[in-house]
Amino acid sequence: MAKKTLVEANINGEVVEFLCEPRQSLLECLRDVLELTGSKEGCLTGDCGACSVLVDGRAVCSCLMLGVEAQGKNIRTVEGLADGTTLHPLQQKFLEHASLQCGICTPGFLMSATALLERNSNPTEAEVRYALAGNLCRCTGYDKIVRAVLDAAGSIRSGVKTSRAA
Amino acid sequence: MHAFNYEAPSTLADALKIMKAHGDKARPICGGTDLLIQMRAGVRQPDFIVDIKRIKEMRELKFNARTGLRLGAVVSCIDVAENAEMQRHYPGLTEAAHLIGSLQIQNRASVGGNLCNGSPAADTTPALIALRARGRIVGPRSEREVPVEEFVVSPGRTILKPGELLVQLMIPAPAPHSSDAYLRFIPRNEMDIAVVGVGASVTLNGDTIKAARIGLGAVAATPLFADKASESLIGKKLDEHALATAARLASEQASPIDDMRGTAEYRIHVTGVLTRRALTIATERARKH
Ligand SMILES: Cc1cc2nc3c(=O)[nH]c(=O)nc-3n(C[C@H](O)[C@H](O)[C@H](O)COP(=O)(O)OP(=O)(O)OC[C@H]3O[C@@H](n4cnc5c(N)ncnc54)[C@H](O)[C@@H]3O)c2cc1C
Ligand code: FES
Ligand code: FES
Repeated sequence: MAKKTLVEANINGEVVEFLCEPRQSLLECLRDVLELTGSKEGCLTGDCGACSVLVDGRAVCSCLMLGVEAQGKNIRTVEGLADGTTLHPLQQKFLEHASLQCGICTPGFLMSATALLERNSNPTEAEVRYALAGNLCRCTGYDKIVRAVLDAAGSIRSGVKTSRAA
Repeated sequence: MHAFNYEAPSTLADALKIMKAHGDKARPICGGTDLLIQMRAGVRQPDFIVDIKRIKEMRELKFNARTGLRLGAVVSCIDVAENAEMQRHYPGLTEAAHLIGSLQIQNRASVGGNLCNGSPAADTTPALIALRARGRIVGPRSEREVPVEEFVVSPGRTILKPGELLVQLMIPAPAPHSSDAYLRFIPRNEMDIAVVGVGASVTLNGDTIKAARIGLGAVAATPLFADKASESLIGKKLDEHALATAARLASEQASPIDDMRGTAEYRIHVTGVLTRRALTIATERARKH
């Protein structure tokens, strides 16, 4: 039997230590060990993107990464998006545009969109669609999601301006 | 997934030591985008996983205008695709890296892993073949350099022996007036396996083709170097006749299977079409260099 390993990672801004077996995926570690159940399990083959999290700022499928590979990494999940009770602009716009029905795909979409907007706060529609191509939604269709991301980009940009002016 | 042990050594020597100690029960992991799926499906059940991502010489991406490119085996597809020097000197390879799966996959998957996985349809392999890439393989006591077109021996099998690691890919510096391109055909816009993939590189002397190489993917049991099609171009201008000849010879070298993505006949036809287009794009790019 493989023994459990101690992993230390920064998760949503906090240094966290957890024990896991090498065979546990990062997704399992997040959900079952750390009780961060925002990231969802869909396909386990990298196709659906429901398990997407940010690792050192890049969107990855947490089902295709071992928990032990998180050692020393900076990980962000959907639980880390809101600031206290204030929703992240992407979360707010997903609500306003009704960009979800069952919501299983939503955390993955939010994380992929976060990775995009942190690199490019003024994406074209094509760039948004490209960045979200690894995320599948079976309920909503993609238009509402794309509109929400473009709208959130706008509010993030104007938010930056306000805080500069202040 | 079955239980296994995991280690992440920080030197090549340590990695080789661990690999040797566990023989064919050990398996390196890079991005894991192939390996973890195979392990979950029970196709591979290694007892020991060696994470090679911390090894310095395998993380290198170094371009030198005289000696060419040294691409560490663990460098991710996104780091290849977004690298400005790579886009300038080896645009075809960056195109291939940028086609692999989604961004989530490109952020983890490596070009080295794409080759070592041994899929006949791997997108970066034909692009590497076109660029005359060689793999530097290091084992417990030996070291060798192998042309990429000799790397895969059958679907999922490579020339790597137990205990050996692909450390780097070496690509010659682009000659003056040369460039490359990669095209693949899939039935949808994103996220599918190539029906046909073609990499081409061209070196010009004025309007005449001085050197050319064509790599083919998904049209045989292994990625192919289309030697006859490549040789047919030397000393010619890239006119309709030269393109038609190269396309025909590339198609003749293809021996694809029928599957739900396309019939063998269709793949043979598309091989010719993409060969023409990839050569045309590579040549247009070479004119600007
Ligand atoms: C959703 C999805 C979509 C995909 N789409 C595409 C696509 O469009 N085109 C395409 O070509 N591929 C695609 N792939 C396949 C995959 O992403 C690539 O083959 C990837 O490049 C493999 O790299 P990796 O670093 O993840 O390898 P890993 O999975 O870590 O390793 C692959 C194999 O190579 C071995 N290995 C890895 N590195 C070395 C080394 N340095 N020395 C010796 N052995 C080594 C491993 O032991 C393993 O057997 C897709 C995969 C997924 C999950
Ligand atoms: S569950 Fe990870 S990509 Fe589908
Ligand atoms: S809202 Fe149900 S899968 Fe997207």
